Amino acid sequence: MQRPAIEPTKRWQKRPRRFGSYLLMTVIALFSLFPIVFMLVTALKADEGQILREMSTFAAFLPTGELSLQNFRDVFARVPFARYLINSVLIAFTIVLFGLVVNSLIAYALARMQFRGQKLLLAIIIALIIIPFQAVAVPLLLIVNQLPWFDGRMTWLDSYHVQIIPFIADAFSIFLFYQFFLNIPKDIEEAALVDGASRFRMYAQIIVPLSRPVFATVAILQFLTHWGDFLWPLMVVRNPAVRPLTVGMQAFFGQMPRQWGDIMAFATMVTLPVLIIFLLFQKWFVQSVASSGVKG
Amino acid sequence: MTILKSPTAPPKATARTPMLGWKRREQRVAWAFVAPALLLLCIFLIAPFGLAFYLSLTDQRLVPNLNIPTRFVGFKHYLAMWQDATFVRALLNNFLFVLIVVPVQTSFALFLAILVNQKIKAINFFRTIYFIPVVTMMAIVAVVWTFLYNPDQGIINSFIQTISFGQLGPYRWLEDPKLAFPAIMLMSIWQGVGFQMVIYLAGLQEIPGELYEAAELDGADAWQQFRFVTLPQLRNTSVFVVISTTIMAFKLFDQVEIMTKGGPNDATVTAMLHIVNSGFRSQKVGYASALSVVFFVIVLLISLGQRIVTRPER
Repeated sequence: MQRPAIEPTKRWQKRPRRFGSYLLMTVIALFSLFPIVFMLVTALKADEGQILREMSTFAAFLPTGELSLQNFRDVFARVPFARYLINSVLIAFTIVLFGLVVNSLIAYALARMQFRGQKLLLAIIIALIIIPFQAVAVPLLLIVNQLPWFDGRMTWLDSYHVQIIPFIADAFSIFLFYQFFLNIPKDIEEAALVDGASRFRMYAQIIVPLSRPVFATVAILQFLTHWGDFLWPLMVVRNPAVRPLTVGMQAFFGQMPRQWGDIMAFATMVTLPVLIIFLLFQKWFVQSVASSGVKG
Repeated sequence: MTILKSPTAPPKATARTPMLGWKRREQRVAWAFVAPALLLLCIFLIAPFGLAFYLSLTDQRLVPNLNIPTRFVGFKHYLAMWQDATFVRALLNNFLFVLIVVPVQTSFALFLAILVNQKIKAINFFRTIYFIPVVTMMAIVAVVWTFLYNPDQGIINSFIQTISFGQLGPYRWLEDPKLAFPAIMLMSIWQGVGFQMVIYLAGLQEIPGELYEAAELDGADAWQQFRFVTLPQLRNTSVFVVISTTIMAFKLFDQVEIMTKGGPNDATVTAMLHIVNSGFRSQKVGYASALSVVFFVIVLLISLGQRIVTRPER
């Protein structure tokens, strides 16, 4: 009896609340976006004087005055931007690719196979999650400084591999794979075992196709981590030929006098591609981040 | 079906003890699967980790000087670091960052998650926007914000002057020892909050709807539902978010290196910045290793804290 009486009033009350929600969400959205809009707009303004005049006004967020791609041309003329970009992409993708193979293989063995020392190894891997890279950066620098490479050099400094190989194996990625593999029903593999399939075939033809979500999660999390790597390349790379975007940006930022239009053009060219990839694969990104929270 | 055609059928008929042979083979295959990752972890994580402890007891330098051999110095570095004003300041800064950023960022993230968990139109649009800063590179973000924080006519200064009718500002954000660190905190929250919003959102969506229905039947208002249903149900999520933000706060490096280099007057120096400055720029690897060990112990204690707090509920 009471219900029909309550519902209409509730609906009436909800309308201003919904409006409040949208207002609040819009204000926060402006807060999230204003530095990015500012960056994009400033990159298009060729006149440095105009940028400085408008930097304190609302016009800083509007494409006013003379717009051109001059700043972008300047970046290419002043620094090897394309080289930095290729380096960053190459480094991040190689880490992700090799990482997917190496980490899922060990996780498969831990989840499915029986071997001596299995439990101990699992405990060690879980313990290793706690060690942050930052805590080993300095001794690692000492190690890579004295490692030999195939080309006869007796140091790994100033190379691609010094930025890639130390990050391929990752304890947290192994843990994510391990948890996912545990939840895959064993029957399919048992059938394959009876048919005499090798372990590698089971891994490659049964487990990998069933585990696409966790592969995507690990790939995205590793990419987000290593795409922005700054501390390590700062320590091990001097040569601009192997320099990633982050260190390239820092060097460019340090050149005086600062040309803000050029700096924002540089920033835009780094941000836009990732932003587009994110917008295309949004659902995957959000799911990956959400599932990184299930540990512990 | 392709599996059936496998040419490498196990030699069941030939081996006298097939199970034993299979087990031995399984052992070898397992170790082949384990080997690449384990080897990499040993060389690039476990070895340097062990080396940190050893080096922290020596006066090792980055480039060894042949005339001055590396000596064993015992716990000298561990005692000296507490006299090192920059290191003490760095640790204090890290704790200050935790003290302010963790509660602010966590509650802001929870607030955003609740906001975008409503079933209303265009909600995905807002979720996407709030997550955008997460996919921007910190090195880039730091440079853009340096311009926003411009001491004279930066947009943040003019915004504050406008809303305060000219009463406040202009401030010399990154050049003022009192304001430089808060400025970096604000930017870090801007960049990091979307990540935790997504984790909270996942946590919110796990809460069974019946709990809210039951609470509503009991006459609980919105605040009571939040206080007695949402918060307790999000307990483990919150512990995770708080701990991971705390650990992130201790790793703070990129922003301060780019925006202030630890200045002015060590106002924004952090443990990681000081480790890099000592070990890499001043080449005192022994001392920097001792700092790294202390850094690790702090992170370890925080992580163990998480385990202890999370356990009883499970």
